[in-house]
Amino acid sequence: MIVLNGQARDLDGQETLMGALDALGLSPDARGVAVAVDGEVVPRARWASYELAQGAHVEVLTAMQGG
Amino acid sequence: MSEQQVQAGSDTLTIAGRELRSRLLLGTGGFPSLELLAESIQASATELVTVALRRVEPGGQGSLLDVLERAGVGLLPNTAGCHTARDAVVTARLAREAFATDWIKLEVIGDEDTLLPDAPELLRAAEELVDEGFVVLPYTTDDPVLARRLVDVGCAAVMPLGAPIGSGMGVRNPYNIALIREAVDVPVVLDAGIGTASDAALAMELGCDAVMAASAISRAQDPPAMAMAMRRAVEAGRLARGAGRIPRRRYATASTSDEGLADFG
Repeated sequence: MIVLNGQARDLDGQETLMGALDALGLSPDARGVAVAVDGEVVPRARWASYELAQGAHVEVLTAMQGG
Repeated sequence: MSEQQVQAGSDTLTIAGRELRSRLLLGTGGFPSLELLAESIQASATELVTVALRRVEPGGQGSLLDVLERAGVGLLPNTAGCHTARDAVVTARLAREAFATDWIKLEVIGDEDTLLPDAPELLRAAEELVDEGFVVLPYTTDDPVLARRLVDVGCAAVMPLGAPIGSGMGVRNPYNIALIREAVDVPVVLDAGIGTASDAALAMELGCDAVMAASAISRAQDPPAMAMAMRRAVEAGRLARGAGRIPRRRYATASTSDEGLADFG
């Protein structure tokens, strides 16, 4: 189980960042997207190999109208 | 600057070495549709627009960035909604990752009703982000001392408020805005509080180097028309500032000489 954008999610054994992105319908080359795990930025170059710990808080953010 | 310079676009604004021909920054929040946002960007002639960072909605991302890319404008990500230095710093790092820009409009909010900045947290976040190589443009109060402190830690510009965000109350303390202009040697961008074109003109007449408008345009009944009005107000205010206004007097000063005045007996 991880917490993905505020919601508890079970990734069925795919507890990787790619699994989390896939659960949001994002491809690894999605434009204008950034990821933080437990408050730390994970650069895009590390997405493919990044394994998520149980209970990891994953935030996947993108551009919204604002300011 | 002269009218020719303003018209020809040679009266440029330089922030952290980047030249901008438009002195109007546009917030993208509050537009009823992306079409109206695109039309307003065009009417405003802005070259720099703010964007926020929010959670990805499955199937929803991309279109805003497409619109902004087509418009050919630069992105100024913000940290809107952050209440602590830590949140703002992490958000800025994420913005750098997402949009490949070191520029950040730093907002650290201290009060829900007024959305006024939290000065100590703002200063802390600014210092940390400058150390990390960001070009920091802090949204700040109209306090000249805080503005100077922000510049002391390395901010590339300061963005004092005219009035609370989205309030449309204009420039509530013109004396402080003028003091800020004198207190710092980086660009001053009037941010927040603009309600209509005359507010933007006043900010420029007070010596601001640029104006940022969001709600005043996006929530106007006709956003593209208001965007055009803001563009012209910023130009008019800039010209008036350079032209040098007459001093205020309590009594009339005739503009027509009495010399040669007829005497009808």
